[in-house]
Amino acid sequence: MSARGPTVASAPAIRTHGLRKEYGRTVAVAGVDLEVEPGQVVGLLGPNGAGKTTLIKMLLGLVRPTAGEAFVLGRPVSDWRVRGRIGFLPEHFRFQDWLTGREFLEAHGRLYGLPAQERRERAQELLEMLGLARHAERPLREFSKGMLQRVGLAQALLCRPELVFLDEPTSGLDPLGRLLVRDVLRQLRAGGTTVFLNSHLLSEVELTCDWVAFMRRGQLVRAGPLAQLLSGAVEVQVRAQPREPETQIDWGEFGDAWPQGDGGWRLRLASEEQVPDVVEKLVAQGVRVYAVEPRRLSLEELFLQVMEGEEAG
Amino acid sequence: MRRVLFLAWLTLQEVGRRRLLWIGLALGAVYLAVYAWGFRAAFGECLGERPRSEEMARAMALGLAMAGLYGVNFLVVMLSVLASVDTLSGEIASGSIQTIVAKPLRRWEVVLGKWLAFFLLVLSLVAALGGGVLGITWGWSGYWPHNVPEGLALLVLEGAVLISLSLAGGARLSTLSNGVLIFMLFGVAFLGSWVEQFGALMHNESAVQIGILTSLILPTEALWRRASYLMQPPDTTFAASPFGALSVPSSAMVVYALLYGAAALALAFRAFNGRDL
Ligand SMILES: Nc1ncnc2c1ncn2[C@@H]1O[C@H](COP(=O)(O)OP(=O)(O)O)[C@@H](O)[C@H]1O
Ligand SMILES: [Mg+2]
Repeated sequence: MSARGPTVASAPAIRTHGLRKEYGRTVAVAGVDLEVEPGQVVGLLGPNGAGKTTLIKMLLGLVRPTAGEAFVLGRPVSDWRVRGRIGFLPEHFRFQDWLTGREFLEAHGRLYGLPAQERRERAQELLEMLGLARHAERPLREFSKGMLQRVGLAQALLCRPELVFLDEPTSGLDPLGRLLVRDVLRQLRAGGTTVFLNSHLLSEVELTCDWVAFMRRGQLVRAGPLAQLLSGAVEVQVRAQPREPETQIDWGEFGDAWPQGDGGWRLRLASEEQVPDVVEKLVAQGVRVYAVEPRRLSLEELFLQVMEGEEAG
Repeated sequence: MRRVLFLAWLTLQEVGRRRLLWIGLALGAVYLAVYAWGFRAAFGECLGERPRSEEMARAMALGLAMAGLYGVNFLVVMLSVLASVDTLSGEIASGSIQTIVAKPLRRWEVVLGKWLAFFLLVLSLVAALGGGVLGITWGWSGYWPHNVPEGLALLVLEGAVLISLSLAGGARLSTLSNGVLIFMLFGVAFLGSWVEQFGALMHNESAVQIGILTSLILPTEALWRRASYLMQPPDTTFAASPFGALSVPSSAMVVYALLYGAAALALAFRAFNGRDL
């Protein structure tokens, strides 16, 4: 399926066409068409093995596609120079662990080709930003999983990237660390950086992303602006009573309502726009309406709905 | 180029972090100490027993020096393979290569950086151990072999060929398969070289041909043979010995080894370039 974010005049930050990766007989990514506009924070969601990591790796030139094409920041992914404008935090971040946090960042600054002065300043800035300044002179082997994840994130931001790939950025982080990541994402968005993150932590994505794509078995099964996806379906709690107790309420075109006991029903509507229609219909039947509470689906519910829907289909 | 040098520096640091280098250095130091002691003992005895014969002393010093360099040759082979066999496959397996390759650089720069680091290692190893053996020989006996720069350069070339091969393997294979493969090739070439020597001794032309052909599989042992031949005076022949020169690899073999090393390095670039990380 094709997925498009809101259109902006400049070149898309990411564009793929029929992108596919097979490992032997395993199809890791099965033809993905994706277009991400600059400045968006995109969350790629999907169960383990959906192909999220493989998709990111293809966008970084780490993995060669079996078929299809991919462009980042307007350049083909095979162009090594474009990676000077891209940051990347791998899923299982590991590095030469005898380096101290600061040495590690400066080493990677060198690989980005940053001049010495800028390298030092940027390393210091990021150590502070990610709350690692106190540990800057300790070797990475003494770092906890959460601290490693932070220094990895700092590494991804060294070149003031225009596009950042974060593969499971909050894995191994405590709630405080997650808060910090959220804060970093907010800063990146404010600075106009495009962020593409993989996660299975749905609540994280719900809080931070503008745009969401669901991936399953190598395919994008649904994608769109988060607000739009979530506004699609609403669940309504209705408390109502027919004037005569023995009459049934006719829900008509709104389908089945689940009785909740003591005069409550739960109703799933395609959109919030239908809520007044429901009320109108009830009132027309002479039903006494005590409460109508629309509730948006959480991302988690949407996720389950999408994944189950695909399962059935 | 600055990136390549930096990657080389990073690799050297990595090597320095591992115990292998220090075990290697300790081994080298012990080796030189044993050589110095053995040389003095053997040489002193030889001179003490008989009336001083200049010719005898020279032959003795030459034999000991060649034996000493043969040991250095082995250390160079072992260390150049052991140090480099894990560098690509290990970083691929641990995933630490990903953050490097996702930077604005070409993949061959990573391979070249590593190659350079190990080449420097081999260079210093040959200089330290080879220089040590020759220095000790000269110190005790005043003997200095022929064509020392050429001989030592061939040992360096031997290490360089092995590094290229082990990087090519490491770009595709696991550390273990790579190591097994290289030592198997080395073993075949080693045996082939002995077949060649015995063939020459027995005047068996086909055995000589077989030996030369196996040298083509991996020309390392042939390089050592040529090095030891060059460093001996033209009139000496140690018959069938590790530094025997009954059948001497020609300078064409040196050219072949250079091409072999270059091809292996090109293969390493290619293999790493096409690899999913
Ligand atoms: N190097 C590889 N070799 C073989 N199969 C792989 C490799 N990498 C990933 N896969 C397979 O591809 C599929 C997608 O994996 P991945 O992209 O890691 O998923 P996700 O990140 O969504 O969990 C999985 O079935 C996985 O087993
Ligand atoms: Mg993954």
